[in-house]
Amino acid sequence: MKSHLHLEPELNPEEVLNRASAFSPSLSELNSEEMILNMGPQHPSTHGVLRLELVTDGEIVIDVVPHLGYLHRCFEKHAEKLSYLQILPYCDRMDYLSAMNNEHTFVMGVEQMLGLKDKIPKRVEYIRVLVAELNRIASHLVAIGTYGMDIGAWTPFLWCFRDRGHILNMLEWVSGARMLYNYIWVGGLFYDLPPGFEEKCREFISYFKPKLSELNTILTENEIFISRTANVGVLPLKVAIDYGVTGPALRGSGLAWDLRKSEAYSVYPEIEFDIPVGQGLKGTVGDCWDRHWVRCQEINESLKIIEQCVDKLTGEHKRTTDFDPRAVCPKKIRPKAGELYFRAENPRGELGYYIVADGVSDIPKRCKARAPSFSNLSVLPEISRGVLIADLVAIIGSLDIVLGEIDR
Amino acid sequence: MTQIEISDLLKQKVHVDAVVPESDAAQAWIELQPEYLLACADVLRSDPELYFDHLACLSGIDLPEQNKIGIVLNLYSYPFEHKVVIKYFTERKTPPLLLNNQIDKTQFPIFPSVSAFWKTAIWHEREAFDLFGIWFENHPDLRRILLPPDWEGFPLRKDYTLAEKYHGIQIEY
Repeated sequence: MKSHLHLEPELNPEEVLNRASAFSPSLSELNSEEMILNMGPQHPSTHGVLRLELVTDGEIVIDVVPHLGYLHRCFEKHAEKLSYLQILPYCDRMDYLSAMNNEHTFVMGVEQMLGLKDKIPKRVEYIRVLVAELNRIASHLVAIGTYGMDIGAWTPFLWCFRDRGHILNMLEWVSGARMLYNYIWVGGLFYDLPPGFEEKCREFISYFKPKLSELNTILTENEIFISRTANVGVLPLKVAIDYGVTGPALRGSGLAWDLRKSEAYSVYPEIEFDIPVGQGLKGTVGDCWDRHWVRCQEINESLKIIEQCVDKLTGEHKRTTDFDPRAVCPKKIRPKAGELYFRAENPRGELGYYIVADGVSDIPKRCKARAPSFSNLSVLPEISRGVLIADLVAIIGSLDIVLGEIDR
Repeated sequence: MTQIEISDLLKQKVHVDAVVPESDAAQAWIELQPEYLLACADVLRSDPELYFDHLACLSGIDLPEQNKIGIVLNLYSYPFEHKVVIKYFTERKTPPLLLNNQIDKTQFPIFPSVSAFWKTAIWHEREAFDLFGIWFENHPDLRRILLPPDWEGFPLRKDYTLAEKYHGIQIEY
């Protein structure tokens, strides 16, 4: 090898290298071993305060060790001291992107313990489903937009947040808050829908449908996006079930499983919608593209649900002057002694609340939240061994985690 | 299958003392002795009639008035769409406040880990270890998960006193 260091021409190249090694190790002394790389907790593509310890060999990820807890706000500890209605705002703050779904699940669980399950007026149920599905779309739009941004597409992010803004405006109109609503109460609702809301929903659907297909054209069908996500991070169904993965990630792996169908809670049995399932259209079943595609299809299904809810809310269960959304709300929430694990479909998967009541107090003895993102994230080390660091970013984004509910 | 049928099948296969409490509670459960847990978990996971492949939730529960501490499993089956609630308890012991290298596991309440049957239990059991101070035998990676490694005490135990300072920093409530 001829040295390019021509400082002292009479020196031979080996001597130059020897001299240089006095200041820094030579190439031969450099370790080619594994290196630990720290990713997060302030890394933009970890979607919050997740820290990943990567064991890397060059660009290849050998192992991933997730470190959680940066956003631990002691939900279960707080719940030891709070009554059922006081716990409700804390549920909003777990998965802050889909607060309506969170409180809907918790409220349904408490209602089942109180024996109120069949006494809720139909109009209340339809309004709950309507706002929950609007929130589901808003949550999926964040997932899709930020996923595009992780991969390097900036425009879809802006489009998604523009349309999410419309939904947040509508939910603000309903409840007074943009993200943390406290709108669904045990036994009813905080307030009836504002007049004209149903028409606004129809307007939004007709505005949003072409925007959605536009979004799919620019992102989902994009050649660059496909090459970054197809056949990357393949999650086999068996592994997904073993790790308790639920929601779009499980459906992306090919299982048509949706708690809205199988548990048939609220008014979902009266509503027609399909369960999109990953088919490996661009690669393998269960890859990142499938999980993303399932989310895009679910927005379509949610739009269908919203249309049917609006039809019911303007037809069969029309607004009447004597309708009181708080009519069934119990004055005192004190379930009989017993316990219940209630689960429902959150945008990220199976959200469950395990509630133990002692029958004498307004405060639950134990209130544990089973967060879908928590189990979904636990599969990450399993599916990201041997991938490139850039692909790891694609895998994290496709799992769509919210650290607020992982750390609780 | 109902809880009664499932508990009958368990009794038949592993000869356990499974207790299904008679109550009008919202949800019934099966209580197992911890020594039968692994045999039962094996049957629950792989029996062709039961096939509980989805461990939805694993929660710790602390009952100081009965001097016991335990775990609740919420199991579901994707193919059969049935569910079961399994509980197991042991005597309540008070573990050392700070976890370090010289830790003595006999000071903890101990259960066998079910993570060999459901991988999702790895993180759920870490959470129960973190917040309740329950030791899991043969767990592949038993560390704190939500709290920092040098946190003192196990917050979801009913006798936990709220920490006033962390590294000399006043904690405000």
